[in-house]
Amino acid sequence: MRRALMRRRSSGFFGRGAAVAVLAAGTLLASAACGGDGFDDGGTAAQQTTGPASLQILIGSSGDAETTAVKDAAQAWATKSGNTATVTPAQDLTQQLGQSLAGDNPPDVFYVDAGRFADYASVGALEPYGDKVDNPGDFYQSLKDTFTFDGKFYCAPKDFSTLALEINTDLWTKAGLTDADIPTTWDQLTSAAQKLKAKGTMPLAIADTRDRVGAFLVQSGGWIVSKDGKQATADSAENVTALTYVQSLLKGGLASYPKALDAGWGGEAFGKGKAAMTIEGNWIKGAMTNDFPSIKYSVHELPAGPKGKGTLSFTNCWGIAAKSKFKEQAIDFVKAMTTVDQQMSFAKAFGVMPSRQSARDQYTSAFPADKAFIDGAEYAQGPVNAPKMDSVLADFDASLNGLAKGDPKALLGTLQKNTQANLGG
Amino acid sequence: MSTVTTAAADRDDRSAGGGRPAHRGTGRRRPRFGRGIRGNEAMAGWLFVLPIVVILGVFLFLPILMAFWVSLTDWRGQGSPFKSGVPFVGTDNYTQLFAQDGLARRDFMTSIRNNFYYVLIVVPVQTALALGLALLVNNRMLKAKGFFRTAFYFPSVTSSVAISVVFLFMFANSGAINGILSWFGIDGPAWFSDSRGLIHLILGLFGVDSAPAALGNGGPLGLTWWEWLSGPSVALCAIMFLVIWTTSGTFMLMFLAALQSVPVSLDEASEIDGATRWQRVRYVTLPLLKPTMFLVLTLGLIGTWQVFDQIYVMSQGNPAKTTLTPAFLSYRTAFKDLDYGQGAAIAFVLFVIIIVLTLAQRWIMRDRDEPRRRFRWLR
Repeated sequence: MRRALMRRRSSGFFGRGAAVAVLAAGTLLASAACGGDGFDDGGTAAQQTTGPASLQILIGSSGDAETTAVKDAAQAWATKSGNTATVTPAQDLTQQLGQSLAGDNPPDVFYVDAGRFADYASVGALEPYGDKVDNPGDFYQSLKDTFTFDGKFYCAPKDFSTLALEINTDLWTKAGLTDADIPTTWDQLTSAAQKLKAKGTMPLAIADTRDRVGAFLVQSGGWIVSKDGKQATADSAENVTALTYVQSLLKGGLASYPKALDAGWGGEAFGKGKAAMTIEGNWIKGAMTNDFPSIKYSVHELPAGPKGKGTLSFTNCWGIAAKSKFKEQAIDFVKAMTTVDQQMSFAKAFGVMPSRQSARDQYTSAFPADKAFIDGAEYAQGPVNAPKMDSVLADFDASLNGLAKGDPKALLGTLQKNTQANLGG
Repeated sequence: MSTVTTAAADRDDRSAGGGRPAHRGTGRRRPRFGRGIRGNEAMAGWLFVLPIVVILGVFLFLPILMAFWVSLTDWRGQGSPFKSGVPFVGTDNYTQLFAQDGLARRDFMTSIRNNFYYVLIVVPVQTALALGLALLVNNRMLKAKGFFRTAFYFPSVTSSVAISVVFLFMFANSGAINGILSWFGIDGPAWFSDSRGLIHLILGLFGVDSAPAALGNGGPLGLTWWEWLSGPSVALCAIMFLVIWTTSGTFMLMFLAALQSVPVSLDEASEIDGATRWQRVRYVTLPLLKPTMFLVLTLGLIGTWQVFDQIYVMSQGNPAKTTLTPAFLSYRTAFKDLDYGQGAAIAFVLFVIIIVLTLAQRWIMRDRDEPRRRFRWLR
């Protein structure tokens, strides 16, 4: 009886309550609808062409030097053009950009990492303005290719870095090696490494990621995807050759991953003198001067493989949001940022290489030690230029971790399968 | 409870039963809401809870529905997901996680495997440790209780990011942990770059270095049996240490609160009856702690399945994906790969896992002495 009463009462309570609950839910929906200007169908953003624009610029800064340099340059442009420009250094560029794009309120101008470029371009987040900057043909072709998607040159490369071979001079001479022994082919690399190993030095520190090991793929004439980025070519014979070679270095104790040398990256292992050689980009200069000033080293082009020279390039571009209200002004801003003079002053401020070929001579005369890096631009391969590839490549990195014990063919087979699934779908 | 029931019975009597006519011959039909001075109680009740219902609705319930919608689409993070142009893909995001052989399923299953081992070790150990600490600081003989309570609770009030960073230093290759191990002649592992699984390592001691043929080929859901049976990696173990250390303080506090409400007389009575110290803990204290135990286990289960910040700060899923967890994978898929649909789908699967496990745990811990209450959890 008691039970029955309780049940009855509760059903009465909820019977009436239901009406109130529906009412409340209705209020919620209404309030959500009011709050969300995101319910409209957008289309192209209305452009403001007259009057001063206020540009929002989001950068993924490498440090204070870069932040200050970009802020100063933006300020100079703003004063000259009568607009305002606010430069914000991002804590986590990918995430912040993702959020603001989803919120329909992206910054007008932002850094786009080459590895992420296709993700943004494929969903229409970027304005394809590449050909509207002054003299677009002056950018290195490999960089232009990196920022071309579906045949459209999207955005102007900001600057770039390439990989080269750094050699610790002291350890090199201690092993009885001379300048004549500096390797220019894989075979020479192996023999020089063997001599270093005989003296008890770890010859080469190379990071276990496609961003380093990938250079061997290029030297061998292979790459993860075809030139147009539409086909997966990961399991090609060239790639197998390259990975088998890297594996032989690892197995023979001629090369080691930095973590095994108690270092976070190749430059740290190299700077601590734990390896006589490393393969890193021009960012290693800053680390060497700041953290390991006593180490003497020289920089050389990477040894050539069976199909000639090969290196990897890393770059950012000045992306302009397709939803920006100030596209005209944003393009004008990018023009100012990519002049030869401006690129040279960025290079001096935070050690990047200008993306314009016409700045090359100025750069090499200002930084003669960087010749090997800038020479790499001729034959450099950019990151994989296809959307949704990051998790696939992260998986490849994870498998490179076990390359010494693994089977290069199986490893590339998995990469091929995953890449194909991604490009197909 | 009893007063409420009486009130309800009263009202029932007046309106329907008890032989009293409801209309009293006036012929006027009583409106449904206007029954005496208590008639509007329910309405008033809803009015009082309305603010929180609205707040929870707007900030919790509605976003959940929106996320569910996103999980059914292929929204790539451009503008609102409720626009007409957003491609609706039905349950594709879910089938990719379970039915299609591909990277998405591999990653997801790897993360489930990692988190499973993580829960399997962290929940029992942190509960046992918390109970032990609580019994210790509840000891009447202990001096300086305040100091110990504060000391044990301290890790819990410190920011998890700060602690994570400190642990990164401690577990570095040349850090404090390996320094201490080296005193005993042990060459410590490179903690955060060691992807070898514990079970694999133990099998390695017996000479089983690579997958035996029976385990190496094939297995459920895209991973081989050998991969499923890897055990937590060395890197994940370091994170487990940290989590056990930080959370046991919070749970100790809950046990302590429960212990302090255990009547001293019960303890003394059992002492007079000749129970040993262990018997008193086992047969008097522990049964009285059962509700707290349930709370601690449930909170532990939920917290461990959702582990995120330690992973984000310390390892980002590396090395070789052995610290990838569903919560982190969901974040990475959505915000890094711009695949919001898939990320939301992972979050919903994680939600279902937590609900199912909590219900299962409730069922296991149900009170077996009272059969009538058996199915109460269903309601």
